[in-house]
Amino acid sequence: MAAKKASPDLVNSSFSFKSLKLKTKQQELLLRVSILGLVYVLAFIARLFSVLRYESMIHEFDPYFNYRTTLFLTEKGFYEFWNWFDSESWYPLGRIIGGTLYPGLMVTAALIYWTLRFLRFFVHIREVCVLTAPFFASNTTLVAYFFGKEIWDTGAGLVAAALIAICPGYISRSVAGSYDNEAVAIFALLLTFYLFVKAVKTGSLSWALGSAFGYFYMVSAWGGYVFIINLVPLYVLVLLITGRYSMRLYVAYNCMYILGMLLAMQIRFVGFQHVQSGEHMAAMGVFLLMQVFYFLDWVKHQLNDTKLFQTFLRITVTSAILVGGIALGVGTASGYISPWTGRFYSLLDPTYAKDHIPIIASVSEHQPTAWSSFMFDYHILLFLFPAGLYFCFKRLSDATIFIVMYGLTSLYFAGVMVRLILVATPAVCLISAIAVSATVKNLTSLLRTKQKVPQTGSTKGVGSSKSSSKVTLDQSQPFHKNGAIALLVGVFYLLSRYAIHCTWVTSEAYSSPSIVLAARGAHGNRIIFDDYREAYYWLRQNTPTDAKVMSWWDYGYQITAMGNRTVIVDNNTWNNTHIATVGRAMSSYEDEAYDIMRSLDVNYVLVVFGGVTGYSSDDINKFLWMVRIGGGVYPVIKEPDYLVNGEFRVDKGASPKMLNCLMYKLCYYRFGELVTEYGKPTGYDRARGVEIGNKDIKLEHLEEAYTTSNWIVRIYRVKPPTNRL
Amino acid sequence: MAARNWIFAVAVFLSLSTFSSAQDLQIVNAERRIDLSSHIVKAFLTLKVENIGKDPAADMLLAFPPTQIKNLAMVQALAVTGKKKKKIYLPLDVKPSEQPDAPNDAGYFLVSFATPLGPGEAVTLEVLYILTHSLEPFPVEITQSESQLVYYRDSAVVLSPYRIKQQTTFFKTPSTRVESFTSVEPANRAGKEIKYGAYEDRAPYSYAPVIVHFENNSPFAVVEELVREIEISHWGSLQITENYRLTHGGARHKGVFSRVEYQSRRSISGSSSFNALLAVLPPRVNSVYYRDNIGNISTSHLRTGFKKSELEFEPRYPLFGGWKATFIIGYRVPLEDYLFEAPDGRRYLNFTFGCPLVETIVNKLTLKVVLPEGSKDPSAVLPFAVNQDLQVKYSYLDIVGRTVVVLQKDNVVPTHNVPFQVYYTFKPIYMLAEPLMLVSAFFFVFVTSLAYVHIDLNIVKK
Repeated sequence: MAAKKASPDLVNSSFSFKSLKLKTKQQELLLRVSILGLVYVLAFIARLFSVLRYESMIHEFDPYFNYRTTLFLTEKGFYEFWNWFDSESWYPLGRIIGGTLYPGLMVTAALIYWTLRFLRFFVHIREVCVLTAPFFASNTTLVAYFFGKEIWDTGAGLVAAALIAICPGYISRSVAGSYDNEAVAIFALLLTFYLFVKAVKTGSLSWALGSAFGYFYMVSAWGGYVFIINLVPLYVLVLLITGRYSMRLYVAYNCMYILGMLLAMQIRFVGFQHVQSGEHMAAMGVFLLMQVFYFLDWVKHQLNDTKLFQTFLRITVTSAILVGGIALGVGTASGYISPWTGRFYSLLDPTYAKDHIPIIASVSEHQPTAWSSFMFDYHILLFLFPAGLYFCFKRLSDATIFIVMYGLTSLYFAGVMVRLILVATPAVCLISAIAVSATVKNLTSLLRTKQKVPQTGSTKGVGSSKSSSKVTLDQSQPFHKNGAIALLVGVFYLLSRYAIHCTWVTSEAYSSPSIVLAARGAHGNRIIFDDYREAYYWLRQNTPTDAKVMSWWDYGYQITAMGNRTVIVDNNTWNNTHIATVGRAMSSYEDEAYDIMRSLDVNYVLVVFGGVTGYSSDDINKFLWMVRIGGGVYPVIKEPDYLVNGEFRVDKGASPKMLNCLMYKLCYYRFGELVTEYGKPTGYDRARGVEIGNKDIKLEHLEEAYTTSNWIVRIYRVKPPTNRL
Repeated sequence: MAARNWIFAVAVFLSLSTFSSAQDLQIVNAERRIDLSSHIVKAFLTLKVENIGKDPAADMLLAFPPTQIKNLAMVQALAVTGKKKKKIYLPLDVKPSEQPDAPNDAGYFLVSFATPLGPGEAVTLEVLYILTHSLEPFPVEITQSESQLVYYRDSAVVLSPYRIKQQTTFFKTPSTRVESFTSVEPANRAGKEIKYGAYEDRAPYSYAPVIVHFENNSPFAVVEELVREIEISHWGSLQITENYRLTHGGARHKGVFSRVEYQSRRSISGSSSFNALLAVLPPRVNSVYYRDNIGNISTSHLRTGFKKSELEFEPRYPLFGGWKATFIIGYRVPLEDYLFEAPDGRRYLNFTFGCPLVETIVNKLTLKVVLPEGSKDPSAVLPFAVNQDLQVKYSYLDIVGRTVVVLQKDNVVPTHNVPFQVYYTFKPIYMLAEPLMLVSAFFFVFVTSLAYVHIDLNIVKK
């Protein structure tokens, strides 16, 4: 959009200075570079809202783990990092960090950090981590530009860059401080796709090589690489079926797959999974299929007899399918090929996790997407997308087929899981950009041809109308100039609405770090609830360094990163039994829970409680998940025990088991003495809007160690066992 | 033990009754007021010293028991001349001194008179000495609802190598609650004051140990380590960064911390804890921040004034006995207020030593003055002894690094907040080094892009 505004001024100014007049090619380059530069900066600064509204800090949950590991990497070096056995989490099991994480993000941040230090910019590693996501978002806009240029033209590339720079679907995961794998992964994803499309288009080995390295970067950064390794073969398959097989495709895919596979296997977390697990089998299958295809092609070339070839074809195809099927069957049966993981299943069947894996279903970002969030994250792109598809189908090529497939598959996944909106965003932006660019180009060239027919050639290079003559434009259609102007105004109105919407969403919805909560006071003043950090810092400073803290897994990463204490479970939910044990302790009576806690050497228990402030994502509201996950492993815990007529309540009508379980006691301990709201009885829970059912809570084996100023975090000390006489 | 010390001291005195010139002086009257109202013990000692020898005396000794000498943060002495209305105070030179024959490891300070004290002459001295870590909590651990009781151990009579004709000692406690005090007749208590004496004609090295057990709920804010870094930028500002490691040095907190009690019955609950601190910062301070390892702390207020600025802030959580908090305070002040040019062409920084927090003890203070890149010959001038060292620090766009003058002192109290100077030579041309580097870097980028646009690298002409 900035492109369209800037173009007339620059052109005019270059006309007025006759001596400085640039050649058309140079003008175009200057325009393009300056627009891209502006978009680059825009993408960066739009993401700084969070720093402006709050502070330069790491957000949410997982980024804290990433930050902690990055810190370790910069302090101890790469080999220590690679061999790091972390005894501070998953006590008493520990976690092999080097072998269970995607190191791309940390290595990227560390490299940036080391480069800056080399250039004598002595920044703190935290600032680097905070700004990694915006920096890579800016880089993504560049890739989007080149991608758009590849599949359509420069104009579409510029629009795509502008759209993706501020698209809320992407901003939600890449604001400053959101130091998560996705921050660099979307860049890597788009880069891989772009390079692959380029490779298919040119048949050049170097582009294929580039895409293999892009893929390697993606694998090193995020588990979402599985999407690439399934989409690319699918795309190849579609090309094969539609008869678009070519030598270019053969070179591009084989090079990318073989090299990409070898590189990906260097990442310890992936390793041999890349050739053994079910999710990667499609790529291998297509690889083999391609060889068969090529072989047949060769045989066909050698045999000039069609009949003979037909027979040969039948025999080869049948035997190939047979061999493949047997290999797959034997592999699966013998366990050599591992079956699909739960997360992958739940992508294909949205109801799978709900029934089988509560730990996946309990995460809010794994829920199916609501329509409103599509509208929220895409805004006008949602109806520009079909229009873009129309244009793509109208000018079908290898590249447009790819973007169409990318768009449709990722949109499906975005519908299954909220967080995957992110993966779909680049495709949606690109396709919408095609729609915008093609429409605007058609309309403007219409205007121009009507005005000054003989001069079309001279103004050809200006702005985005460079290659407009190719676009289907029916000269004979009696379009009125006014109609075109009205439509143009409409497009610009929509685009400006989009810009306003994006800014608003970024500043209001996606810039909260969720560690610090902000609310409006009665007089419109801003109230900050900084209880999380208060509690974590208390733990860090005032507990023994070897203390073990038990909490629900959501807070594990934060406790280890900010509190610097050992936790029982954390957000890397690799051991379901361990989490279930914690869930069981939380949902048992105190003396039973005490035995569990003793067996886990727990010194402190941390719970999050929103009853005083009305903060609703607290442990009481998460409690049913603890029961479900605990009950999934230990059948002693039964969900109906905590419900009354299928209803979850904490007031007088709650079930006796609920009123006396550990979680209830720890959250509401001495809460019954407190008046939280004027005109309400004591012990009025503001998060749930009820008066609590058990006001007289006595703790036998635990004691209150610390409660934050707004009661959001409560920490209890586990007492040593009393002497038996 | 203390009683034995006393007997021993007297015995030593008797055996050495003929030694040194110490006997040439005697103290006619000694009055000592010991302020126990905060955790920094301040003692004001008024001595009237008379020369009874034949030779003029140039200096005199102040003696301290070994238990006090290691906690002694500062000793100052003033000579008082003139009558009641027109008193003139003259600061005297006080130096720690070693005496080879010190009984029971007593420590000494040597006070040099302004003019030697002639035979038969008398002079009045005001001595201020400050003790840290001298209040011992008892009971050692208290719960949230208890108030804090402490022991203070001292002598009822002033320890001195000279005979004292007449003396009195007053202890001022913060509240009227005094559990007990050792009685050395005549001794009595009235309100917040305990009076020992007057005692007549005590021999040198007399010692009468006393223990006062009283309530003291003042904030025992002890900074275990403070690192202050003052970075001089000749482009117009001083950037000061202070790293604190604060602890509550009083009776340790025991058992439960109850938020209900703490917020609803604030007067009786957690009375020995503190959650607010006050830092006195220079006037015209700007860009103040208050944060710790995990981010910004939002509970602070800044009031700027003409003479000083006050930063009122709270740690993340209230500090109970034994609890710790670390945090960083940073601010910037305009350069022209603190950097001057000496007559010999050198530049000097004139800044305040010590810790900006009021009523706190700093166990270990490290002050780093980061001079601009290219500075030479640094030297520091301070009114008291500190450890000095030189380091090199690399900051933004540094190539050879900046010289850092490191000043280190233990046991610092607010009375150490006095100006000090750091002199260095600096050529203004060095100021341009960094901007020129940036300019050349940008120039290089533009030239490269210029070249890229104009050079055609294709082998085959299209």
